[in-house]
Amino acid sequence: MRILNTVFGAAMALALVGAVPAAAKELKVGLGNEPSAIDPHYHNLGPNSAVASSIFDALINQDEKQRLMPGLATSWKPLDDTTWEFKLRKGVKYHDGSDFNADDVLASFERVPNVPNSPSSFATFTKGKTFTKVDDYTIHVKTAAPHPLTPNDLSQIWIVSDKVAATASTADFNSGKAAIGTGPFKFVEWVPNDRLILERNNAYWGDKPEWTKVSIQPIKSGPARVAALLAGDVDFIDAVPTTDIPRLKGDGDLSLSQGPSNRVIYLHLDHDRDDSPFVKAKDGGSIKNPLKDLRVRKAISKAINRDAIVERVMEGVAVPAGQLLPEGFFGVSPNLNPEPYDPKGAQALLAEAGVPDGFKLTIHGPNDRYINDAKIAEAIAQMLTRIGIETSVETLPKAVYFKRASRGGPDGSPEFSFVLVGWGAGTGEASSPLKALTHTYDKSKGLGTTNRGRYSNAALDTIIEQALATVDDDKRKGLLQKATEMAIGDLAVIPLHYQVNTWAARKGIKYTARTDERTAYAGVHSGM
Amino acid sequence: MSVFVIRRLMQSIAVVAVMSFIVFFGIHIVGDPVDMLINPEADQADIEAAMHALGLDRPAHEQYWYFLVNAFKGDLGRSFIFGEPALQLIVQRMPATLELAFAALFLSVLIGIPLGVYSGLHPDTLASKTIMSGSILGFSLPTFWVGLMMIMVFAVILGWLPSTGRGETVPLFGIPVSFLTLDGLSHLLMPAVNLALFKMSLVTRLARAGTREVVHQDYIKFARAKGLSPRRVVLVHVLKNIMIPVVTVIGLEFGGLIAFSVVTESVFAWPGMGKLIIESIQNLDRPVIVAYLMITVLMFVTINLVVDVLYSVLDPRVRLQDIRA
Repeated sequence: MRILNTVFGAAMALALVGAVPAAAKELKVGLGNEPSAIDPHYHNLGPNSAVASSIFDALINQDEKQRLMPGLATSWKPLDDTTWEFKLRKGVKYHDGSDFNADDVLASFERVPNVPNSPSSFATFTKGKTFTKVDDYTIHVKTAAPHPLTPNDLSQIWIVSDKVAATASTADFNSGKAAIGTGPFKFVEWVPNDRLILERNNAYWGDKPEWTKVSIQPIKSGPARVAALLAGDVDFIDAVPTTDIPRLKGDGDLSLSQGPSNRVIYLHLDHDRDDSPFVKAKDGGSIKNPLKDLRVRKAISKAINRDAIVERVMEGVAVPAGQLLPEGFFGVSPNLNPEPYDPKGAQALLAEAGVPDGFKLTIHGPNDRYINDAKIAEAIAQMLTRIGIETSVETLPKAVYFKRASRGGPDGSPEFSFVLVGWGAGTGEASSPLKALTHTYDKSKGLGTTNRGRYSNAALDTIIEQALATVDDDKRKGLLQKATEMAIGDLAVIPLHYQVNTWAARKGIKYTARTDERTAYAGVHSGM
Repeated sequence: MSVFVIRRLMQSIAVVAVMSFIVFFGIHIVGDPVDMLINPEADQADIEAAMHALGLDRPAHEQYWYFLVNAFKGDLGRSFIFGEPALQLIVQRMPATLELAFAALFLSVLIGIPLGVYSGLHPDTLASKTIMSGSILGFSLPTFWVGLMMIMVFAVILGWLPSTGRGETVPLFGIPVSFLTLDGLSHLLMPAVNLALFKMSLVTRLARAGTREVVHQDYIKFARAKGLSPRRVVLVHVLKNIMIPVVTVIGLEFGGLIAFSVVTESVFAWPGMGKLIIESIQNLDRPVIVAYLMITVLMFVTINLVVDVLYSVLDPRVRLQDIRA
């Protein structure tokens, strides 16, 4: 078939269809990102977890909407505020045939903080917790303080067998020697930059995937990825560039899968400095930072036509945002809607705040991080200029941008006054953005880490901290909703839209879009 | 002679040392790798721990000192992202890039010289005018765009060739190569042509200019007068004499070919060094960037050193000049 492929283009499509009998089904995938290692405890980053989710299982798996589902644990419950009990699944086998039990879980948690050279450690999820084995299929997790997110944390840690955990290095995983999990696929081969091959685990404890073999090719360039799909070299691609979506939609041989992500694109403004470096009076002189005035923040929010951004800049592939996570996620407020476009009202608010003629502002944003990020910044600058806030745009590559946005100023303070950023809620619930973006920057508590506007509101801090320590789900949900309403009411950040992710495949292949942007091969179905 | 070589050697070492300084500090001004590496959910303590683990909390001059000490031991550091030695990552991807560069070089000579010689012999025909206009396109069209167009035409519309990747490889002396399998060749063809386009135009123009000059030389007239067949005149006497500038330029441009491959490798998802360096720059994988640039510097310095030494062997004037200076 390979020969046909090269010589007879016309025959190729036929050959592809004809040569794939029901028994052996191969899925060829082109992905925009590639993992840095197969070691599931090496690098806590999207592409790595995406691959790990196919080969390994966690105690708790996250479904496509990041809801917690039984994985290697069949059930879990808090025994008291600081103790959790996990009942483990019986009869699960590793890819090498060995049995799964509580020792593996303990050994995996033990390994997590001790992976050498780990650029971003999974220890974030294990610290402050002690693990004890009760019997072969029960473990207890003790937390230093009440920690309701314990199950979410443990859903991020992939389980390997105790033999592997004790001895394997990252290189052993990459070569395949130690890449032995309990997941729906077995590892076959990884050639970095070139290919990753997986095959079906026929002994999988859950629903067995449809594909006997999955071959994944990293194709970083968006147009090249689309071309590979159009040419039939791959069956399935992720991260379809928005400009190609209308064309692919019109192509009868392809099908698209779309769904909102957990990532909100928002604006952070300087709430802290009285003389903010990128806010100037109309004549270029200094001005008392107007962004500290809620009325000015409201005016900015009203001046932004979110529908137009979604329609024009995002080609319809985004959802206007009124808070920090789209509806359906835990802790999302039912009372918040996207701010309607109202330039008149915005101007009135500016006048009320004592800056009727506006001021000068620079918006800073990345240009290679979020979908169409630079174009969004430009659109916002135009919209603000229309109400009198003369806005200039500066976009930077992410490699330069994030350092300056987070700690480029004096004493590690944020450098910019008005930034465009995005936040994906890895935990799949509202405390993630609340504690990182809107809580006061507090190094000792590890809160407000990404608060690039240095927003600070003691009342909000109290509620967030209370929510983070409330184990009761219903109570916590109420607290998170209240915190979200407070943060948005005071415009700690100005939400713009939620990103929508798009996967494309040849006709007949369907994918259930995941909010965490992962491509999980077990979720790809051919419908044949 | 040995004085000359020693002088040149010292100069080369100085260049490498200065470059290592510029490269190292240059890359340290840009951004912070931690922002690229760490999960956004990590808190301040995690970020500091990661910085500490990577040695990023040390002052830059201290990091440079460690780098120098290790570099002398042949260790150019570990990739922040992959955790593997940077040198190893680059060497692993080198065969793919070299294969592509050699294939492009081969194509540009194989196609460029006949076209150039033809249009040099028959400068006024329509065919040769077409060739010359074509070579202007070859110079001026951006590689990125041409690559995508080729994919659109040959992979998407016609379906003759695979769009991306390297295809099946077989080991040759332990190094994986594509050109020995049909599948590998079909993957190699488009990127090689894409990369060769610029060089092909260059070679065509050089060959044409050379041919036009050479055909009027006395020895060609003499060869004709002697009654040699036109075939022999062109293939032996003309070709031999136009090859000198062509070979010189190709040799010098080979480094450029490897450098240009960055774009082609990205478009065709070719798993070579160019793709590695671009991704390393985007993700601020400093050790890999520094190692890559150091290898490049070393390569160019070595080539220059060899060329200088050769010149001095061939032409004593170079030596004398140098001593006088």
